[in-house]
Amino acid sequence: MNFLRNYLDKQKPKFEKGGKLEKFRSVFTGFESFLFVPNRTTTSGSHIRDAVDLKRTMIIVVIALVPALLFGIYNVGYQHFKAIGVLAETDFFQMFFFGLWKVLPMIIVSYVVGLGIEFAAAQMRGHEINEGFLVSGLLIPMIMPVEAPLWMIALSTAFAVIIGKEIFGGTGMNIWNPALLARAFFFFSYPSMISGDAVWIAGDPTTTDAISQATPLAQMALGQPLTYTSADMFWGLIPGSIGETSTFCVLLGALLLLLTNVASWRIMLSVFVGGFLMSLAFEPVSHVEAYQQLLMGGFAFGAVFMATDPVTSAQTNIGKYIYGLLIGAMAVIIRCINPGYPEGMMLAILLMNTFAPLIDWFVVQSNIKHRLKRAKVNA
Amino acid sequence: MSKVIKLKKGLDIKLKGEAEKVVKAGGKCTLYAMKPTDFRALTPKLTVKVGDVVKAGDALFTDKANPGIKFTAPVSGCIEAINRGERRKLLEVVIKADSEITYRDFGKADVNQLSREEIITRLQDSGTWPLIIQRPYGILANPEITPKAVFISTFDTAPLAPDFEWILKEEGKNLQAGIDCMQKLCNGNVNLGVKEGIPQNAVFNQLKNVNITYFEGPHPAGNVGIQINHISPINKGEHVWTVNIQDLAIIGRLFTEGHYDARKTIALTGSEVKEAAYYKTMIGAQICCFTADKLKNEVHQRIISGNVLTGTKVSDKGFLGFYANQITVIPEGDTYEFLGWATPGFNKFSASRLFPSFLCPNKHYTLDANYHGERRAFVVSGQYDKVFPMDILPVYLLKAILAGDIDKMEQLGIYEVLPEDMALCEFVCTSKTPVQKILEDGIALMMKETN
Repeated sequence: MNFLRNYLDKQKPKFEKGGKLEKFRSVFTGFESFLFVPNRTTTSGSHIRDAVDLKRTMIIVVIALVPALLFGIYNVGYQHFKAIGVLAETDFFQMFFFGLWKVLPMIIVSYVVGLGIEFAAAQMRGHEINEGFLVSGLLIPMIMPVEAPLWMIALSTAFAVIIGKEIFGGTGMNIWNPALLARAFFFFSYPSMISGDAVWIAGDPTTTDAISQATPLAQMALGQPLTYTSADMFWGLIPGSIGETSTFCVLLGALLLLLTNVASWRIMLSVFVGGFLMSLAFEPVSHVEAYQQLLMGGFAFGAVFMATDPVTSAQTNIGKYIYGLLIGAMAVIIRCINPGYPEGMMLAILLMNTFAPLIDWFVVQSNIKHRLKRAKVNA
Repeated sequence: MSKVIKLKKGLDIKLKGEAEKVVKAGGKCTLYAMKPTDFRALTPKLTVKVGDVVKAGDALFTDKANPGIKFTAPVSGCIEAINRGERRKLLEVVIKADSEITYRDFGKADVNQLSREEIITRLQDSGTWPLIIQRPYGILANPEITPKAVFISTFDTAPLAPDFEWILKEEGKNLQAGIDCMQKLCNGNVNLGVKEGIPQNAVFNQLKNVNITYFEGPHPAGNVGIQINHISPINKGEHVWTVNIQDLAIIGRLFTEGHYDARKTIALTGSEVKEAAYYKTMIGAQICCFTADKLKNEVHQRIISGNVLTGTKVSDKGFLGFYANQITVIPEGDTYEFLGWATPGFNKFSASRLFPSFLCPNKHYTLDANYHGERRAFVVSGQYDKVFPMDILPVYLLKAILAGDIDKMEQLGIYEVLPEDMALCEFVCTSKTPVQKILEDGIALMMKETN
């Protein structure tokens, strides 16, 4: 790789201060550090450093998302061909490539728009480009309905990155999970596009007719009997947002995140516990078994990939339990009580994102009180 | 039986180049130096000039704030150079040593017969007083106050740290004299942190007039700051003093031998050392006495006075730090690595589970001084807590320091920590946050604002 290194070394002066391409310094260092771990060595404090960095951490999350993404792509095709009644004549690859043809543009739009804004913001501030959007950029299409128009994905992504992240100072400073914020923006700005039953199945590309089909959540919200079995909901051959349908694939990702310790097991566990307990309490109203609540919609996906976002979740160990329990409980409450919007996970997580600093504040205060008390006992 | 405290949090970083348990003779060392920069918040006042002849134990400079505290020559000889940095900041007072050391005589004495004042005067005059460190802040001990206790850790858990039990096995008498001295200074509350599992007849188990607490667990279990936190944490307004165990023997020798005998045994360690072993030397010896023709010189090297987590980078023309008990030599690692973050990384060490290193806990690694990544905002949470065995919320303390919030710093426990106690947090940080630097700045701010 020496030729590449030599090439970069030759180009580097152009991007330094005073160079011809100074305006693109952030972009250059972004690509450079993507290709080569920099040669910078420690100047203060510990002489040796852990091999881990944010790129490594983020790439693990992306890998954890892959099973759900691949399944989601397949499921887009599956649902489409099932709805038009030609499932038996369609083979696996046809379904997969139909899904890919639908989903890939969404991923590209999300990355191009999001990374474009990140690059620009980093350059304006003289910062380096942050890895955070590698994950957000993949999450955004995965939590959208397949029939979401591309321009809306672009707009939601732009909103999430600018208002959700950059105005606070970039990755690490944001209050809300950027991907969920994109989804919330989409939902509240274009409610007609995301509610109802017409957006969950990819329409026929040759005609403009939409295909209408209720998700399990919608059926529950309307008090209709579920037409899907628990096994369907677990394996994921149901309509829903692209990446969220297969609880099994989400759990595969969860397994990787927990094995590598990238996501907090405290949060994941307590979201499921909170959700399950609240579902038990709501069984008489919802007419759905408690465990089925956890299989439906984006519950598992939210618990594994959204609630555990380290920046927007509670950061103290005790805080993480409280935060997780409340997310699980709130998600089910919103699902069962609010008929207008059947999916409670998004709002529950955003709400608890808002309150995470408050939860932490109480934990920090108890540490402070503890120390003051100790001083008084001794005095 | 004494108390045993088991610590679960922490991290042992296993490096290549552990010192073999033999004491080797180093090369002849002619240059020694005292460095005011080894002492936190010290403003030195020079008392010698180039060409002066000094005995071991004669003052080189004093503390401007507290002129009684003297910093003395570890060897006898002639002042070779006085090196200054920017704005004439005093960096080094270099002594060319005589071939035979002559000592300034302070007279042998039985510590138990001396009064507290007599002991303080003797420690200050001989230059052994700066071996005592005062917490909060890790500064020179203030002779005006009586600390609530003295804490001494008898073991070091840092990477490649020397084995003090082995080094000091014949120093029992001097250690006891040192303990007795500390007893007088703090009115009888001297605490010894001993590694759980050392033999019953080990030198530390034979010491008397001291409260022994046994500690078990990974680094930083051997850090005196962690031990204080578990025995009797420092509250606002309280002071404790600490001494390194090898320095305690030097203090003891002041009474048993009657002069400032700055001999110590250090470990020459690290992956770039040919014969990692122990060497007998004196405080302030020049680094090249140890490293000349003992290094591999295969790659660009970094020499550290101290350990890899808290030591100071020095050149081979530099000098051993006042408190240092080891020299570590590691590769500098100033090279680019193609797609380094994506490779499997079998030779990389990580406390996280993102590298295969967690599958082979007994493997020893060659680690270099590369950052292995770029500086980022705090993103990953809960990482510091796993390696920081104190009842303190490390990230919140650091954020209070970054915000310059004195009240919060106090409430969150700045009195209880020194940078060395949080060195592992810095090591494991995904965002490469300069933890020790932030804490150092916080301590400086506290001292400035609260005096």
